[in-house]
Amino acid sequence: MTVNFRTTYTRGVLFSIGSLLILTLSCKEQKIDFNVQVRPILNKSCITCHGGVRQNGGFGLIFRENALGETKNGKIGIVPGHPEKSELIARINSEDPELRMPFEKEPLNQEEIDILTKWIEQGAEWQQHWAYLRPEEPEIPENNLKWGNNEIDDFILEKIEVNGLKPSEEASNYDLVRRVYLDLTGLPPSLDQVADFVNDDSENAYEKLVDKLLESPKYGEHWASMWLDLARYADSKGYEADRAREIWKYRDWVINAFNDDVPFDQFTIEQLAGDLLPEPSLDQLIATAFHRNTLNNDEGGTDNEEYRISSVIDRVNSTWEIWQSTTIGCVQCHSHPYDPIRQNEYYSSFAFFNNTSDWDVPSENPVLKEFEEEDQAKLDEIKQWITSRSNSSETNKWERFLRTGEPKLRAEDFTEVKNVVHHNRSGQDYMELYNGSSIKIEKVVLQNIDRIYINYNQSDEHLGNLVISTDSVGGPVIGEASLAKTKGFKNLQIKVLTESKVADLYFQFESKHDDYSCTIDGLLLGEKLPGDKDSEYEQIYAEIDKVLKVPGKYSTPIMVEKPKDHSRKTNVFVRGNWREKGDEVPIGIPKLFNSEEKEFNNRLDLAKWLVSDENPLTGRVMVNRFWEKLFGVGIVGTVEDFGALGDHPTHPELLDWLALRFSGEWNWSMKKLLKTIAMSSTYRQSSQVTDDAKEKDPDNKWLARSPRIRLSAEQIRDQALAVSNLLSDKMYGPSVMPYQPEGIWNVIYNNQAWITSEGEDAFRRGLYTYVRRTSAYPSLITFDASSREFCLSRRINTNTPLQALVILNDPAFFDAARNLARQILLVEGDKEKKVIAAYRSVMGKIPETDKSDILVKLLEETEAYYRDHEEEAYELAKSDDLELASLTVMANALMNMDEFIVKN
Amino acid sequence: MDLFNEARRKRLEYTTRRHFLKKCSTGLGGIALASLIGPQDLFAKNLSGNGISDTLPHFLPKAKRVIYLHMAGAPSQLELFDYKPELEKLHDLDCPKSLLEGKKFAFIQGTPTMLGPQHKFRQYGETGTYISDALPHFSSIVDDVTIIKTMHTDQFNHAPAQLFLHTGSPRAGRPSMGAWVTYGLGSENENLPGYMVLLSGGSTPSAGKNVWGSGFLPSEYQGVQCRNSGDPILFVSNPDGMSRDIRRKSLDAINAINRSQFEEFGDHETMSRIAQYEMAFKMQVSVPEAMDTSKEPEYIREMYGAKPGEASFANNCLLARRLVEQGVRFIQLYHWGWDMHGDFEAASVNQGIKMRCDEVDQPMTALVKDLEQRGLLDDTLVVWGGEFGRTPMRENRGGRVMPFYGRDHHTEAFSIWMAGGGIKKGLTYGETDEIGYYGIRDRVHVHDLQATILHQLGIDHEKFTYQFQGRGFRLTDVHGHVVNDIIA
Repeated sequence: MTVNFRTTYTRGVLFSIGSLLILTLSCKEQKIDFNVQVRPILNKSCITCHGGVRQNGGFGLIFRENALGETKNGKIGIVPGHPEKSELIARINSEDPELRMPFEKEPLNQEEIDILTKWIEQGAEWQQHWAYLRPEEPEIPENNLKWGNNEIDDFILEKIEVNGLKPSEEASNYDLVRRVYLDLTGLPPSLDQVADFVNDDSENAYEKLVDKLLESPKYGEHWASMWLDLARYADSKGYEADRAREIWKYRDWVINAFNDDVPFDQFTIEQLAGDLLPEPSLDQLIATAFHRNTLNNDEGGTDNEEYRISSVIDRVNSTWEIWQSTTIGCVQCHSHPYDPIRQNEYYSSFAFFNNTSDWDVPSENPVLKEFEEEDQAKLDEIKQWITSRSNSSETNKWERFLRTGEPKLRAEDFTEVKNVVHHNRSGQDYMELYNGSSIKIEKVVLQNIDRIYINYNQSDEHLGNLVISTDSVGGPVIGEASLAKTKGFKNLQIKVLTESKVADLYFQFESKHDDYSCTIDGLLLGEKLPGDKDSEYEQIYAEIDKVLKVPGKYSTPIMVEKPKDHSRKTNVFVRGNWREKGDEVPIGIPKLFNSEEKEFNNRLDLAKWLVSDENPLTGRVMVNRFWEKLFGVGIVGTVEDFGALGDHPTHPELLDWLALRFSGEWNWSMKKLLKTIAMSSTYRQSSQVTDDAKEKDPDNKWLARSPRIRLSAEQIRDQALAVSNLLSDKMYGPSVMPYQPEGIWNVIYNNQAWITSEGEDAFRRGLYTYVRRTSAYPSLITFDASSREFCLSRRINTNTPLQALVILNDPAFFDAARNLARQILLVEGDKEKKVIAAYRSVMGKIPETDKSDILVKLLEETEAYYRDHEEEAYELAKSDDLELASLTVMANALMNMDEFIVKN
Repeated sequence: MDLFNEARRKRLEYTTRRHFLKKCSTGLGGIALASLIGPQDLFAKNLSGNGISDTLPHFLPKAKRVIYLHMAGAPSQLELFDYKPELEKLHDLDCPKSLLEGKKFAFIQGTPTMLGPQHKFRQYGETGTYISDALPHFSSIVDDVTIIKTMHTDQFNHAPAQLFLHTGSPRAGRPSMGAWVTYGLGSENENLPGYMVLLSGGSTPSAGKNVWGSGFLPSEYQGVQCRNSGDPILFVSNPDGMSRDIRRKSLDAINAINRSQFEEFGDHETMSRIAQYEMAFKMQVSVPEAMDTSKEPEYIREMYGAKPGEASFANNCLLARRLVEQGVRFIQLYHWGWDMHGDFEAASVNQGIKMRCDEVDQPMTALVKDLEQRGLLDDTLVVWGGEFGRTPMRENRGGRVMPFYGRDHHTEAFSIWMAGGGIKKGLTYGETDEIGYYGIRDRVHVHDLQATILHQLGIDHEKFTYQFQGRGFRLTDVHGHVVNDIIA
């Protein structure tokens, strides 16, 4: 396997050429390799019409059993061992244009025909696509040249040599220090930090620097951005009203997870299923906000169920894209056209996410409340009381109950309702009840249930009565409450007394007045509190009822699983239409990944499988994501797609070597991974390019030099603030609103305004800028930041005039230039000294003479101009100092230099 | 070779290899990337000479550019274009159960009553087309346009329906029609963005900026919103105290440093950056110029009813014509406020709709006439319409009678009109049933409209795809048929 990869893919993705090479070398004696030789031909010439979706003539090539079956005209496409009986071979050889395949396209060449013939002769064995096979420990290549610092370099050097290239020299200390600061912390080094490194003569100066940067809190802030693009984190819900969403605690969780180097397996499990862990901590619950970043549609008249399903679909697709780089979205409507995944398997994956109690309502319930101090004290008291009478697990359960008030039973859980109107369009989520209304819920587990909470709203002056009975309306009464007029929704607790362990429950609403009505939004079953013999028992219950009612200081949407006895069923949606339900499907992962037919029960099982040894993809996918951030292009170029249509790895053995270390001896440590890459000689090369290298490897696929990459939107902003000494160090908390021009936010049905942050909040890192989905921050979007509607694996770097206008003219950037100019004004000496100081401030090094000459000339010309236009100088510099005006113009020019917005 | 061309050539080589040929299944990328590097007229040019692409346009285009007038909120077809005398007879009667069974509405509950047309209709032009009294100006151009009465959509809420119309998908995150078109065809103007958006009516459309977003296409293809106050395009003005002279000098310095950087590292992106800064410099002049309607002759402004500086639909129609003259490829106008539920007077299908018509009738008519008199209508496609239609029933939100006459959202039938760009003149296409509830002949789905617009631009909607998340995406998803009957 490995050997074949090496010989074939040295020239990259030109499959057909690759197969030709192999053929001439090996066709006669060796066994045909499906992945290397056959699959590329099928993908190129056959799959479009004979794939997983289109199976023209009843012939499809994705699954072997299909390909070997009878086609529509009764012939058999592939008969293993017998090319002469195989219709496929007859067709590709045919001279009749009506019959010859590929139909109406270029015929296959003789080599391709030979490969297919030989392959069928040898038994027409299918082989899984490389990415679905577990990585194997590769051999470390031995190269002629002695070069490199670690194994990464051995793999890279091998390809460099094969391609007739030579590795580059190490970048200058100045370039290297700026590069590694920008890559690991997202910020450029200060002048002192540059000096610290450049003047450190010790042998391991660079390693010390890398270690220091990985320990910096800036590291987590920088790398969080990558993850937040994947998690589609935003501060608003999307769609029409696009109201605010309070979910920044999740963003802070991500920053901390990176800074604490939470192992990636734990990082995965907590985000996908933190709520299902035993005794989950509050942090683990916040982590599950990951999948609450889906859009919510608050527009009046929208169907809540439609948008709940839309969120679940997004969770399925995002999970598969993020962890597996497998594009499963198309399987929603039909089987996968290119990869062996069937439609029902999509819905088995859907089942993992189909059982949480959130469902596109404006409240965003369930949310995890963080309380004001006073209420927190009450909660602490309750917790202590429970702990002393029970155990930590009981306390944990009660704390979750008190902080979420979930899981509630809602309309969908009611088996039968009489005389009830369910208002379930967005903006609304309640049931209207009248005199004589009743609700039945089948088979409710009552063991250990002590009370039932209803959240009700009644504008009616008349008194209503709620009777809860088992078995039937009029059956044994287990609880009763009278319903009086309320001001808005009110939480009412009803004590229940019953011996039954499981029973059908009936809720009967009555009043003496025929026109009586009230509304409820759901029912909550409250378990029995331990310590019922205690004299304080009722008092603690009273406290509990109080805490349940208080609103949180902050409320973060999280995942809460519906109780087992009320879990949702999952059906296939016929042609992807959620209104047309097909067969019910079991929970599980596609068979492609589950040859051992392991059983899956819930999200936690899925999360554990993603980071288990059996999973062939997670390690590769993740190391590839980090690689792409550092080198601009992944080892697999299509970081979002490792499937049949994705790119092949340029360095498959390196990918596997890194993946195996990452999930093995590095114990999923992202910092160890980054350190290994940053320490490699490959990473430390200069980005200068020779004519020869440019000729031989114009795209820098073989990394015989370091790439030049434009900085990200956040980096460009942060860097401008940093070099002008404006950047705030403040971490965490609600998102901020730095300056943006008037009139950007003008959204209907939502009077929320952009209120420009004051003080240091105006100068926080870009990561903390408020992301409103329908109207994201202009300068970030212009530099290709995501507006976070969907999971985004890679940003496409563009180069546009609108970007030029941002750095030239955006007041935020111009302020930064002015601030830098103020500091340069204090530098003593002539213009050249000032130019050098200014250039050093932004680039961390002395400018080449030609550049400083250009800048001195600019200073002279602008100064001359402003001497004649003092008013303009005043407007520009907001000061009478003419020199400040020309220095500001120069500082603005510096911040627009290509080298400033690019990582060398 | 001058710097510009050098940059273009390098960028072309670079981008083609690295990104576009992989991304774009028809090889359109070659054309598409032209707008990356300084848009130029690649419209009918065949690039096969340099081996990049010879596939676009797929066939001879009839339209070179599009002006799309979107009436956000969805105007009622029953008060404007689709005359239903039978509905008048049913006015105030209970809606028959058969019309409600199995139907989903945004707000109607229980049994609503039928609502007769709230405006009078008369016949106009040689074609004798029925037009409502609410559109006195438009009635004069009925012989120049095609009216489609049988539009239908899948979505009955505003934001998803607007997204569906403009991006082909009801979920946010796909490229808009204008982004697709500029990606495919580039712009004809070096100094203006290829895709521009103008708003009026006091608000952005329900789906926000997503309806002119670039989705998964590179961000440069997103519509550039022209603002009515402040900078017409964000950050196009120099900071206070920075004259054009000084800006020139500073650009010279920036470019000179960048050139030196290029000599050292040989990165083509650096050369491209120089070109982008030069284009930005030109835009600083060309954008305010294009957006300044005060230079238009008085009689032209009067024709539109435009007053310079106002955030009005009239002003935006006039701007649209100016931008078309400058070769902007796709111009999108949104006029908000057509959501007539009957909850207040301005949201009623009698008075409210008249107020909105008064804002759009004259300018949209003037736009067609003005394009015509300048010889631009032949290759400019103008489309007017909302995101869905309105019910023949009167809205009864929560089962209660509304204070004013209003209609609920309706997916099955709505009317749009199209003019120019190779569309037939004086045609009424499709027929709805006697109450305007459902199309009974020649139904046109939103995807069909998208396919037809692309077709007029010389693009086969089935071949125009972009590779993302492992599959080829297109504007029309896997649907859509060109409506050949309306093509001249």
